[in-house]
Amino acid sequence: MLQEIFAYEFMRNALLAAMLSSVACGIIGTYVVVKKIGFISGGIAHTAFGGIGLGYYLGINPLLGVIPFSLAAALAIGMLSKKAKVAEDTAIGTFWAVGMAIGVICIGLKPGYAPDLFSYLFGNILTVPSFDLWMIMLLDLLIIAVVWLLSKEFLAISFDEEYAAVSGLKTTALYLLMLCLIALTIVVMVRVVGIVMVIALLTIPAAIARMLSRSLLGMMIQAVAFSAVFSICGLWLSCLLDIASGATIILVAGFSFLMAHAWRLVSVYLKAR
Amino acid sequence: MIKPIIHCDRLSVELGGVKVLEGLTLAVCEGDFLGLVGPNGGGKTTLLRVILGLEKHSAGRITVFGGLPGSSPGRIGYVPQRLFFDREFPISVHDLVLMGRLSKKKLFQRYNRVDRERVDEAICTTGLERLIERRIGDLSGGELQRVLIARALAGEPELLLLDEPTASIDPQMKTTIYDLIEKLKESLTIVLVTHDTSLISRYVTKIATLNVTLDMLEPDKTSCREDLTAPVLQNSSFPNH
Repeated sequence: MLQEIFAYEFMRNALLAAMLSSVACGIIGTYVVVKKIGFISGGIAHTAFGGIGLGYYLGINPLLGVIPFSLAAALAIGMLSKKAKVAEDTAIGTFWAVGMAIGVICIGLKPGYAPDLFSYLFGNILTVPSFDLWMIMLLDLLIIAVVWLLSKEFLAISFDEEYAAVSGLKTTALYLLMLCLIALTIVVMVRVVGIVMVIALLTIPAAIARMLSRSLLGMMIQAVAFSAVFSICGLWLSCLLDIASGATIILVAGFSFLMAHAWRLVSVYLKAR
Repeated sequence: MIKPIIHCDRLSVELGGVKVLEGLTLAVCEGDFLGLVGPNGGGKTTLLRVILGLEKHSAGRITVFGGLPGSSPGRIGYVPQRLFFDREFPISVHDLVLMGRLSKKKLFQRYNRVDRERVDEAICTTGLERLIERRIGDLSGGELQRVLIARALAGEPELLLLDEPTASIDPQMKTTIYDLIEKLKESLTIVLVTHDTSLISRYVTKIATLNVTLDMLEPDKTSCREDLTAPVLQNSSFPNH
């Protein structure tokens, strides 16, 4: 089985994509979980579908369409909820649906059948071209650099935004930057699990890591590891059973999440006895 | 001459159209320990938030360290009452206290040896040495309160604002917290918001009740009051905004 996997270029690319995307996913997912902004992240991801539609309509690599679109969505949702006093969930819900609507219309305008559309919605790690791998790697490096430079600021706004403001930090600007990093992570994840399911892989590895760690850095490292394990296991299972890779990865992650919590419940019960 | 650190002149604050503070005139001078008491909703926390620059005032005038509120973050230590943060957050006592150094650092600047020394001092002052590596989720209410005080102290403030530091902790711990504050009084200017009228009268040098309007309970004997009257009158035409 292993030899088979490495014999094909598409399999090597798939494994590389799984591991590279886990880096962004674990680091940024940690912030998503501790700052409890999963719903915002879901909103940015779905709005990004508009970018895929636009990219498809213009005949460019859809990932290139997603980057500006998801960044704009991140900034707009963030500013609306922070500045314009729009309830955050209303802002998110609006962008969520409008982004998808733009995507659907753009794809409809382009004559002909859109065969790989499904893969953007639900991911298809087996068809990742080398160009996308390079882009994922570049985005990984960018995310690591920004998080390394701003680690103390991001920790402060995640932990206690008010205290961060009192300490003289520009909390709104930092928060918007954080949302932009989430947007870029979503671009990275689109190939692996697709827009609809990206939110699970962004939150589950970090949520399990949180149960085990006592610092944000430790949580990030563990989340990256969990994410890589889930992706690779999911990929392997999907090949073995000949089922959709993105969905299998999500099911592996979801099952692990349930197991982690069940284990915690059991250990609390045993301690209490 | 004792300099005023906080100076409010007929300060009014509205939150969502409701007057929370009205016509408040107050001076806190270097070395003061002001106790603010009053009913819930009397505007105690709001006053602290205005001093910190988190809330805007609607009329009157306020200066903190001679400037606008929020313009001198490195000189103020704040111990909030409501715990906005998540107790499950993966952070140790040491790293939480280290966050108190944030106001002394520039963007992108990393914490260094000096920062860690200040953290060790603050942890020593608050008696948290044994808990330094503990995750905050494993602390009791009183321990967490001391961690928050340590965080404020790590920033080497000149002014310490404490919002209900003894809310939701047991009576024995309360005395410990007050003994700690008593120790800090030597070197810091302190504004303390609390419900415990009986307990604080032993410690504070000035006490005021706040129920939308302010009422000084003890006559202000310090000289800074007189110093202030002159500029206050001169600025009486200061535009409301």
